[in-house]
Amino acid sequence: MSDNTTTPPGGAKPGLKSWLLSDSPGSMSHARCQRLYLNWIAFSANPIAMVGFFIIASLVLIAVFAPLLTSGNGIEQYLANRLQPPSAEHWFGTDELGRDVYERIVWGSRITLYIVGLVGVIVAPLGLIIGIIAGYMGGWIDNILMRVTDIFLAFPRLILALAFVAALGPGLENAVFAIAITTWSPFARIARAETLTIRNSEFIMAAQVQGASTMRILLSHIMPLCASSIIVRLTLDMAGIILVAAGLGFLGLGAQPPLPEWGAMISTGRQFLIDQWWVPTIPGIAILVVSMGFNLLGDGLRDVLDPRSGH
Amino acid sequence: MVEGNFTTVSGTSEGSSPHPLAAKLSFLKMFAAPANILFTIVVTFVGLTAITFIIGRVMPADPVLAIVGDRASTEVYEAMYFKLGLDKPLLQQYWIYLTNVVQGDFGKSIMTSRPVLDDIITYFPATLELATVATFIGIFLGIPMGVIAAVRQGRMTDHIVRVIGLFGYSVPIFWLGLVSLLIFYAKLDWVPGPGRIEVYYDGIVDPVTGFILIDSAMQGEWEIFDNALSHLILPSAMLATYALAYIARMTRSFMLDQLSQEYVITARVKGLSEFTVIWRHAFRNVLIQLITIIGLTYASLLEGSVLTETIFAWPGIGQYITKSLFNADMNAVIGGTVVVGIGFVGINMLSDVLYRMVDPRARR
Repeated sequence: MSDNTTTPPGGAKPGLKSWLLSDSPGSMSHARCQRLYLNWIAFSANPIAMVGFFIIASLVLIAVFAPLLTSGNGIEQYLANRLQPPSAEHWFGTDELGRDVYERIVWGSRITLYIVGLVGVIVAPLGLIIGIIAGYMGGWIDNILMRVTDIFLAFPRLILALAFVAALGPGLENAVFAIAITTWSPFARIARAETLTIRNSEFIMAAQVQGASTMRILLSHIMPLCASSIIVRLTLDMAGIILVAAGLGFLGLGAQPPLPEWGAMISTGRQFLIDQWWVPTIPGIAILVVSMGFNLLGDGLRDVLDPRSGH
Repeated sequence: MVEGNFTTVSGTSEGSSPHPLAAKLSFLKMFAAPANILFTIVVTFVGLTAITFIIGRVMPADPVLAIVGDRASTEVYEAMYFKLGLDKPLLQQYWIYLTNVVQGDFGKSIMTSRPVLDDIITYFPATLELATVATFIGIFLGIPMGVIAAVRQGRMTDHIVRVIGLFGYSVPIFWLGLVSLLIFYAKLDWVPGPGRIEVYYDGIVDPVTGFILIDSAMQGEWEIFDNALSHLILPSAMLATYALAYIARMTRSFMLDQLSQEYVITARVKGLSEFTVIWRHAFRNVLIQLITIIGLTYASLLEGSVLTETIFAWPGIGQYITKSLFNADMNAVIGGTVVVGIGFVGINMLSDVLYRMVDPRARR
């Protein structure tokens, strides 16, 4: 990354590129844009990370343009067409109710994104807030918060999610909630560890001396510095979240029929495994590809945003 | 400023913990005083039971109805309601439950109408057998793969190992189990179908340890041993994919750290063979770090077996918990969850203690 900062902008041509690479940023937002751009250069130089990026970007595009990519909604049944093998008309065949498997996969991408998005929106801020409060306050607040975190860390994740869904009743929202409850604890640990290392820094002391409130120090000085490790961890966790959600769907505790959730599709397709292999196999491949995409993307992001972790 | 902070972080984190995942369990590290260990265990145990207990009590199903049936008269219903202690405050109910659990009484299962503890004793060894064999597969394949990948860093072998690792991390295990059943059972007929043993062998071997492999070998029933082993191969191989991926990845990363150390250069300069340098010098240090990783893997397989057991009709604790869930059998769900949780925490603590015994640097 440092190579890029020292190299003069190519040919000193005026334009976006030279603006992004100029040695003396004119404003804070200018510097931020430069930082983003440099990170992007480092990130895009990593082919494996780009594969992950490509997979996840495609997932988002497919989810957004699902109505354009399919002719139906993935739920309507055409019983005359049941269990057709893959063909030009039905790329991935049809399932036991005559629904096109390709169509259901495409619409299922929305459910997958919904799950990971919602879990991310819940766990990252929750873990972040608990972690920075524990780390910055210290003392008995730290002790209590970390004990609670440890109990959740010590708990087997899938089984806890299973028990929560059982208590709340099966369904997509409850599955999301159950996964969120079992996922936030590592984020709190990471945020706390980061906070501990910056708590006694000079710039924090300077803010304290200036009379900044605790709230202000936590939110505008400590939180932004924890953000990058939280983002990396979240991306890497996405794969696990998808697998747990699919597992819950497979056990019949996640999204309910007729929703085209991939795990639930495998579950209902199970009985057709031997003669109509495409019904349970294709959704599994979709899960595998997306979860690989998040793993690759997370590895790539870690290399860029988290230089400490080395290889 | 920020950069400076980053370097301090790397300095401290490398010094105090072997790996971020081990750091995640750093509450286990307070082993300085025995009182602390006891405290940690008690807090974790109380937390575990409290969470599961609350979950069990807010479950929408009515436990009384599940026992007496919906045709029971009001008197019978109320008698059972009081007998279960549901009229008492929640905190008191939890206290009663906790004191019972400490004495080994998890209550009675509605589904099997046996004490939950007896059920657990029946089902848990099957899970343990599956997870143990899977962990061994992971260790014996994953460690050499990781070492070789590190030694040949950046070359074809390394890439292959990394792709296998990525696959093991990302694949939904229940799907892999289905596909493998389709290929190896339905199409190729190399392995027997789901289940732990053929029905006609059922009940011949006395369950002494609960591990069919050990029991049948001890009692000289080799036919049964073969049968059980052939049933075990596919599910344990499926369960092992995650262990394999994780162990290989961690071994590779630890090994790369070691190979860049100065003592390795010294050993090479001395003229030691590459084999000795890798396996006797570098690998020894890796092995110590791997103890924690193997512990984490083993514990996660214990819970990961839930989905594998469903696919392969494996009569283990995971299948027991899911079946009880659908039957609204609270005592069984809570009991099973607590036992898996205790196993999970116990294994992690054990690996931490082992690590401390082997690595003098960790004893501070």
